[in-house]
Amino acid sequence: MEKKFKITAPEGLHARPAALLVTAATPFLADITLDFKEKKANLKSIMGVMAQGVSPGSTIVISAQGSDEAEALQVIGDVIVSKGIGEEC
Amino acid sequence: MLALKGIPVSDGAAIAKAYCLVEPDLSYSKIMIQNDDAEILRLNAAIEHTQNEIEHIQAAATKKYGEDKGAIFGAHLLVLQDPELFVGVAQKIQSGMNAEHALDETAQFFIQMFEGMDNDYMKERAEDIRDVSKRVMAHLLGVELPDYSRIKEAVIIVAKDLTPSMTTQLDPTFVKGFITDIGGKTSHTAILARTMGIPAIVGAKSATMDIKHGEDLIMDGATGEIFIQPNHEQIVQYKKVEEENKQFQQQLAKYSELQSVSKDGYFVELAGNIGKPEDVASVLAVGGEGVGLFRTEFLYMDRLDLPSEEEQFTAYKEVLQALNGKPVVVRTLDIGGDKNLPYLNLPQEMNPFLGYRAIRLCLDRQELFRVQLRALLRASVYGNLKIMFPMIATLEEFRIAKEILFEEKEKLLVEGISVSEEIEIGLMIEIPSAAMIADLFAKEADFLSIGTNDLIQYTLAVDRMNENVSYLYQPYHPAILRLIKMIIDAGHAQGKWVGMCGEMAGDSIAVPILLALGLDEFSMSASSILNVRSQLATLSKEQLVPHIQNLLQLSTAQQVELAVKDILK
Repeated sequence: MEKKFKITAPEGLHARPAALLVTAATPFLADITLDFKEKKANLKSIMGVMAQGVSPGSTIVISAQGSDEAEALQVIGDVIVSKGIGEEC
Repeated sequence: MLALKGIPVSDGAAIAKAYCLVEPDLSYSKIMIQNDDAEILRLNAAIEHTQNEIEHIQAAATKKYGEDKGAIFGAHLLVLQDPELFVGVAQKIQSGMNAEHALDETAQFFIQMFEGMDNDYMKERAEDIRDVSKRVMAHLLGVELPDYSRIKEAVIIVAKDLTPSMTTQLDPTFVKGFITDIGGKTSHTAILARTMGIPAIVGAKSATMDIKHGEDLIMDGATGEIFIQPNHEQIVQYKKVEEENKQFQQQLAKYSELQSVSKDGYFVELAGNIGKPEDVASVLAVGGEGVGLFRTEFLYMDRLDLPSEEEQFTAYKEVLQALNGKPVVVRTLDIGGDKNLPYLNLPQEMNPFLGYRAIRLCLDRQELFRVQLRALLRASVYGNLKIMFPMIATLEEFRIAKEILFEEKEKLLVEGISVSEEIEIGLMIEIPSAAMIADLFAKEADFLSIGTNDLIQYTLAVDRMNENVSYLYQPYHPAILRLIKMIIDAGHAQGKWVGMCGEMAGDSIAVPILLALGLDEFSMSASSILNVRSQLATLSKEQLVPHIQNLLQLSTAQQVELAVKDILK
């Protein structure tokens, strides 16, 4: 399953927002990826996420596959919205 | 005696012995392994040791320098725990490589990927990966990384480059300065040196080759000059200058209790320039009559992300409360030009000083600007706040900035948050176009503040970062003096006060001219306030005023300087 988000953090997915997402994704068993411009990155990998270079205003898709996929997407979505990283679309 | 020169990134001078940090030998042999399970266990053990080590350093850094600096090591932990890194190494081990070889190849892959990115912020992340993988490698090899916390005498650290984990172990009591071969203004060395308040020179190219461990050094973090094995005369000279400074400061101390007034009883306001709340103490210590320039961009620099509204509110409130009713002029974010925020990922420009900076950036990226304005407005009830906008070139810019400020004020009032009704709103006059229509700005602003550093740069078309044209940076150029007179007269014609917040406000040749021209507020670094106050006490405004017409008719900066010296005799 997957969810779409629009990134609103002024610095894009660098530094703090990237660290928050990776920290949120890491505890889950599901494979979680961040899709941006047809490139997939492992959301549990700080280097993978930062290397995507997601800029503010762009749209990303987060997909999760595994036993706890629903909970993972819920938690990650909450972090994105509550920490001002982006909004669901 | 040999002299070197590098890029000065943190002010101050130091004299001490060189302590050369030598990289430990982390070379390894490439071996084909049979038992990959055992090799992966070895890798895991090394990662676990590294994790403990980084957590330890992180705790120490947070305690010493605060959350922001601790966060650098939080980023290191995330790199260490990165599954891509681990999987990459593990796969290579399974294909028969030993752990050292596998780690090195995988780390190099990521380092090259980040270094190849067209973005300073990402390039600096390559350093994080290098630092982390070096630690893991040391544990794999059983090599002990040197423990710099053992240094127990005054030293100047000389190294190829300094990583955050090296610098944080250093005890600031003994470390008097940093010199590195490579690095730039935003490198970790520069950032930590400024936090520690010690001089630093980076990019000194061959420093580690030319300087030997234990040699005496004199370094000047303001000019970037390094003297190796200074001769007796140079040491005596350095100590003499230091001693004279000390004595002079002692003589000046009495002025910290006195008012800023000329010999003939004319009062002006001497204020301090600050970058962070902790700078207020030095302004108050010399009896500064306010803060004339709060460079808020420093709240945004040396960190990994934007400061939140709450963080900014706390900083502004702290400054306003500390000033206890004395004026605090806050300049809104002035980034761009020579000051970059890597995390904003701003494009490289051909002419950064003429480009996307300061108010131009803020009006374009209003989400940043509005956060700062809200924080300022919320803090306004704690003191005497004045807000000014930097780099205004046109009236429209000033009007739009004001409008956004009023919108945010309205929003806060609707939310039931109180905002002071007394906030004055002004602008920096630092672009010749604004100087030429200062009369029009004076009608719409509560005050004008002359930013001389940029005004000189733009008026003489001189890049102040370019050594080859530095002779053109002329504060006493008649064009500058005439512009300053225009701006002060324009302000006064509308009953508005006019200040100055560039280096020129603390310059002993400029001060008599500015006093005669009627400047109301002089803002400078705290260390200049007592000098200027003591000079003011010797000057008579009434005697200076008749000379002004003559000074403005002179044709060169040199003539102006000589004429002022002559008048002061």
